[in-house]
Amino acid sequence: MRKVAIIGVGSSKIGVRNDVNVAELAFEAFKPSVDDAKIAPKDIEFVAVGSTGAGAWYEELLPAVVSAEYCGLTGAGLVRCEAACASGSAAFSTAYWAVASGQADIAAALGVEKMREIDTPTMMEWIGRAGYYLWEFHNFGLTFPAYYALYATAHMAKYGTTEEDLALVAVKNHKYASMNPIAHLQNRITVDDVLSSMVIASPLKLFDCCPTSDGAASIILASEEKVKELNIDAPVWVAGVGYASGTANMSKRLDYVGLEASVLASQKAYKMANVTPDLLDVAVVHDCFTIAEILAYEDIGLCKKGEGAKLLREGQTEIGGKIPVNIDGGLKAKGHPIGATGCSMIYELAKQLREETVEKSRQAPMKNYIALAHNVGGTGHYCYVTILRR
Amino acid sequence: MAAMPSIKSREMKIVQDIPISKTLQFWEGLKQGKVLATKCKKCETVYFPPAADCPKCLASDMEWIELSNEATIETFTHVVIRPTTFQQNKPYTVAIGRLKEGVRVLAWLTGFKLSEVKVGMKVKLVAKVSSEGNPTYEFTRPE
Repeated sequence: MRKVAIIGVGSSKIGVRNDVNVAELAFEAFKPSVDDAKIAPKDIEFVAVGSTGAGAWYEELLPAVVSAEYCGLTGAGLVRCEAACASGSAAFSTAYWAVASGQADIAAALGVEKMREIDTPTMMEWIGRAGYYLWEFHNFGLTFPAYYALYATAHMAKYGTTEEDLALVAVKNHKYASMNPIAHLQNRITVDDVLSSMVIASPLKLFDCCPTSDGAASIILASEEKVKELNIDAPVWVAGVGYASGTANMSKRLDYVGLEASVLASQKAYKMANVTPDLLDVAVVHDCFTIAEILAYEDIGLCKKGEGAKLLREGQTEIGGKIPVNIDGGLKAKGHPIGATGCSMIYELAKQLREETVEKSRQAPMKNYIALAHNVGGTGHYCYVTILRR
Repeated sequence: MAAMPSIKSREMKIVQDIPISKTLQFWEGLKQGKVLATKCKKCETVYFPPAADCPKCLASDMEWIELSNEATIETFTHVVIRPTTFQQNKPYTVAIGRLKEGVRVLAWLTGFKLSEVKVGMKVKLVAKVSSEGNPTYEFTRPE
């Protein structure tokens, strides 16, 4: 297996992007990523596209082909990866393996999602169906906030986590999003704002939930030989890739106080990268709902089981704390364009590791130059954990 | 934000015919007031939702068993913001309950005030036909 580096990253502005179609949005992320890598589209031999709502919440059934044509990539090896909300990470790992195996010297992972072309109840319907339609949606109308609310209720009952603790996740992530010009929600909020927002699925309220976002992110990967040949000055190396899955039926999970797929995927990634959680300088975790960030702290080993809320209350996941988490605003406030999110996480970490976040106020201090991305698909149906190192 | 220029996609209505031949006894059982599960004759694993094939030993020789109706709530949520096809329903409570057979069931919980619902609470699992005419099952107050 060859060493693989990230040599270029790009992102669109995330938000309500009714000014562009899916291919145009992909272009917005792709163009800066090839400029960053100082290559041309023809240099890319393999492209993995992450997108989830093709033909459902947006009109194109084959977003990989329309995006590839629009970006000048026709002819390259091409695939669309689906791993629900972790589709971007699935695309990233697919592109990674293409280069690591020696099959391609340069590959691209392109995450793109258009979620705002349909109305909100229809979006709730589509995403609610993303679990086990027959057994959990057909008769019971589970929504995504409801699925995560089941975890919140259980975590609160077992560990004494409170609604105020959940609110602190939203407050922190909105604070960092306010410093991130590509973020969907750039307003700062208070604990009271969260607690007084409308109930979506108890105990989760509106401000416990990520927004429904459009967005794209593009990552260019290359072999060590190509990195030398292209004179890349700040390659970011892919040190570990871990993945795992969970049951389709929520009723068959081990318990409701953590995501087993996150535990397994992170263990694999740490092992491959030969690092431990205490060596991380920065992490992005899957905070589609506030409870999910607390579960992630525990599942990926940033703290012991049941101590996620404590870690948060102590400010240890802020810049200046033990391990800054989601200092791009997270899914919660940067936004969650489902199939793009995994690539958007890698985009953020590459910028952090290269110490070139546009906004110095949210640059994590680098000691070991090691970063981790944790991306969950569905309600723990899939999980991808990626460890990067400069 | 001002609406951006757009064109409407062509409209299509999608309804899928979901096969239930292999679990027909389950759906018929619900109409008769029974909640059935399957049990693998080879490895004796009990499945709910019922499965016609065993993911554990890959055998396809299953027997039908009737589940006990006593369940303990492991977690729950009250769904206020509902999807399109549940807009006609009032907000509903969804719970996951564990049965003594070791399987869990996810279903609506009725007959309680939300403030009364607690993790660890005992409830009863019952089969029924929904107001829409669909065979289903729910948790409710034990007698």
